[in-house]
Amino acid sequence: MANKDSVNWPQIEKSPAYQALVRKKIMFIVPVCIFFILYYFALPVLVGFFPEVMNQPVWGKVNGAYLFALSQFFVAWILAGVYVWKAGQFDIEAAKVLDTQHGKGGRS
Amino acid sequence: MISTSLVMFVAFVAVTLGITWWASRKSKGSTSYFAAGRRITGWQNGIAVAGDYMSAASFLGIAGLIAFTGYDGFMYSVGFLVAYLTVLFVVAEPLRNTGKYTMADVLAYRMKAKPVRAMAALSTLTVSTFYMIAQMVGAGTLVALLLKGSGISFQVAVIGVGILMIIYVVFGGMLATTWVQIVKAILLIAGTILLSLLVMAHFGFSLSNFFDAITQVHYHDKTGAEVVQNFLTPGLKYKPPYGPWDLISLGLALVLGTAGLPHILVRFYTVPDAKTARVSVVWAMVLIGGFYILTTFLGFGAATIVGKDFITANGGINMSAPLLAQALGGDLFFAFISAVAFATILAVVAGLTISASTSFAHDFWTNVIHHGKVREAGEEVKVARVTAFVVGGIAITIAILLGPTANVAFLVGLAFAVAASANLPVILFSLFWKRFTTRGAVCGLASGLFSSIALIAVSPSFMGVDAETVVGPARHFIQHAPLFPLDNPGILSIPLGFLGAILGTLSGREKTAEDKFTELTVRANTGLGAEKPTEH
Repeated sequence: MANKDSVNWPQIEKSPAYQALVRKKIMFIVPVCIFFILYYFALPVLVGFFPEVMNQPVWGKVNGAYLFALSQFFVAWILAGVYVWKAGQFDIEAAKVLDTQHGKGGRS
Repeated sequence: MISTSLVMFVAFVAVTLGITWWASRKSKGSTSYFAAGRRITGWQNGIAVAGDYMSAASFLGIAGLIAFTGYDGFMYSVGFLVAYLTVLFVVAEPLRNTGKYTMADVLAYRMKAKPVRAMAALSTLTVSTFYMIAQMVGAGTLVALLLKGSGISFQVAVIGVGILMIIYVVFGGMLATTWVQIVKAILLIAGTILLSLLVMAHFGFSLSNFFDAITQVHYHDKTGAEVVQNFLTPGLKYKPPYGPWDLISLGLALVLGTAGLPHILVRFYTVPDAKTARVSVVWAMVLIGGFYILTTFLGFGAATIVGKDFITANGGINMSAPLLAQALGGDLFFAFISAVAFATILAVVAGLTISASTSFAHDFWTNVIHHGKVREAGEEVKVARVTAFVVGGIAITIAILLGPTANVAFLVGLAFAVAASANLPVILFSLFWKRFTTRGAVCGLASGLFSSIALIAVSPSFMGVDAETVVGPARHFIQHAPLFPLDNPGILSIPLGFLGAILGTLSGREKTAEDKFTELTVRANTGLGAEKPTEH
């Protein structure tokens, strides 16, 4: 592995491959974070300010409030799964960035 | 029944001491002691994160909250899982790529090390100690209650738990702590699944029977009148006008606080690389999510099968899950669930102790007092061991002084609020804001820390006017109407934490910090130069 004191950090940062990686990461993580924050805070907002609406039975005697709370678990798991899948692609691109910088000495 | 409980407690203690003995023989050097040699695998660390996180407050506390207030208790369950998305998306991988042992490694990377580390160590020690005291008081009450008649008092139980956690951390370091957490997590999940199955069996494995029962829970209110209540109704605990705001404030503290809890963050240094850290978060999310969904059966099961009246008369809200186990599985199962609760507390306090002593030794001793130089091999570990003794001693003493009836639930809320208001804003700005400065970091940590403490001190947890009939520890500390209406300070203290960090930063420029930003982000994004696992 390259000695970290000898690494030319600005050179890596300026490389097109690195710039593309960072852009892709931001394009993925920012929307996903906004979505999960909106979805999560919709729960206390709806339940807190519209309890009558959320208390309507939806499935048998189970009300909307419980089903919406339960859906949060599955949404969190799905988002985590999607992230792992995308992060696997980012790993490959990050390895390419380092390879082009350090030849065969780059980290995988 | 008491002897069965005691046998199971002793069996768990014996297994964990065995682990500690094994770990102490394997442990050599600082990385081994503080980070288990960074050789924990993804699934192992995932289970350990779950074991570190799911405290007695979750297992006994949430089951009890749902048993007593229905749906509103389940809101905690949701927040505790969703919070891991913040950990996964934003914190875990950059932290692993750029730090060594503590959260402050990341904060101090581009800044002037001394002020930032000193402040971060203060915040870490505050979060860990408050959280630990809450767990210790809970442990003492629980053990004394579960082993009622065996002669084990609250004081003996607190001292016993304290000594065990010190032994794990002093002799076994992070490796022993990790495996104690893994064993505990497996026991907790197994116990929860078994208990949930018994609840379903009680309702003939029919979800509709189960939910029918939840919509008509019978109990007696304070005046003795019988009440039939639909426990799926929101708002039984969080009532207007402030209830909804308290829920939002709680949600903020959970979702932003988990990613700032020092004892969770240090776990990501125990794995070989960022990719493994990511895998371990996913494992943790599967276990934590599964567990919190099952609190539906634990909590509503206790409400419908055991009932609020019986629980109140037999030890109170925190006994909901053990009493449910007794009602459905008899004394043997009660003993097992009690032992699981005991294991839960031990694993969490061990995790808190090691993160507190790591922060003191690495951040304060080595980097603040001794200018970042490790003077002799092993000194950092020695200091950490002494710190574990001191922190353990302080927690034991305060827990005994507070006594078994102290209301300590607010301490857990405070720990999350401090983590969300002080730690998370500066972690985010360090990683993503080039202009961020030392002064910004110190101001952010300080404003988040002190505003959380101040707001809790004037909240309904501390302030309130009690009737003359309320005596002893049940009385509020300050007999005055609360100045801040919410139990959870997050909604105000988190913005104050961010504001402190922003204003501190804008008050000046720091060229060295800006110059190092490139290095930090390249490392965070590529893993270049990240700390390596130790060789065999």
